[in-house]
Amino acid sequence: MFFPISNSHINPIYLAVVGFIIGILGGFFGVGGSFIAGPALRLMGVDWNYAVGTDLAHIVGKSIVAARQHRALGNVDLKLGLIMALGTIGGAEAGAQLIQALKRTGNVNTVVSFVAIIVYLSISVFMLWESQKTLRLGKKASARKHPMAKAADLKEDHSAFGPVTQMIQRMKIRPMISLPTSGIREISLWTILVVAFVGGLFSGFLGGGAGYIRMPSMVYVLGIPTHLAVGTDLFEVVISASYGTITHAIKGNVDILIALVMHTGAVIGAQIGVVATQYFAGPKIRLAFVPLPLIGAAIVIYTLFTGHKL
Amino acid sequence: MKKDTAKSLRAFAVELVIYSVLVTVYFFLVLHLLGEWLYRLETQHRYLYAAVAILLVAGQAVVLDAVATLLFRFLRRRWR
Repeated sequence: MFFPISNSHINPIYLAVVGFIIGILGGFFGVGGSFIAGPALRLMGVDWNYAVGTDLAHIVGKSIVAARQHRALGNVDLKLGLIMALGTIGGAEAGAQLIQALKRTGNVNTVVSFVAIIVYLSISVFMLWESQKTLRLGKKASARKHPMAKAADLKEDHSAFGPVTQMIQRMKIRPMISLPTSGIREISLWTILVVAFVGGLFSGFLGGGAGYIRMPSMVYVLGIPTHLAVGTDLFEVVISASYGTITHAIKGNVDILIALVMHTGAVIGAQIGVVATQYFAGPKIRLAFVPLPLIGAAIVIYTLFTGHKL
Repeated sequence: MKKDTAKSLRAFAVELVIYSVLVTVYFFLVLHLLGEWLYRLETQHRYLYAAVAILLVAGQAVVLDAVATLLFRFLRRRWR
């Protein structure tokens, strides 16, 4: 099928299936799935600037569905989500401007591909190290626990990165705020805004909601429990991806027809993903996340070095 | 327990089939009706295109989610 806006031929079933897969990922991990969607569009010969903008548009729809479901499960910290939206919008605009600059120099596909590979690999390696360390620590602790206490641990969250998180939370850069829903007594507003800005920058530059960087940052840097980080990230993605879609559409980087087709598959996938979060503990969710950015990196490496599309 | 899982899976499979049919019809209706208009909008009125794009995707999200939820609820009640 021909999509005139991005001047590309793509099978709509392929788009719906990609949407379905990233819908499951979004519901389960609280990420937009751009590390799959962007490379999947590139694989079909869509230019990176269209892949980035279109992915953002599709993510708006998907995140609305998943965030509503997480809100119903009590997994959204509204105060944190709204504060982060401010930082993310600033970052998303900076990322979109970088894409524009690369478009003008004609290097957009090469530069974004290399950055994507480095980012995806780094995230996978870090999350593999952290979640395995946390699970090992958890096993030692649970060997000494009563069986009833073990059942209650399913939603309880631990992280091997805990000491660093506590150090960040102790930094007194005013204004300090509290996040009762997330169980944080005091944290600097600037820490939250910096985390959000970095997430936004990746969102505007690599596409998607940048949940692959924001969700781990919320857990490891801000110290938000994983279940709340997943839900709050999705809520925040609705706002930031909407802004990203508008700014990219104005710059001529959005094929909304592709986004609409992808989203039809994502609706069903998101429902499955949200329900699945109820059956896994935080470190296990993070460990399951590890292969996903690697798949995205593999696709980008394939398209970069062979120059082929499927 | 196993019976419940089987029923849920069957309901989900039926939901998927019905949903796929609805979505296929939707594909052809929307893409054929809006395709040309959106293309012209994108090339001639970028700001309007941006507004329409965000409204379309948000609207589709709400409507499809409602359809999927209703369908799933209806089928689960039927199979119970």
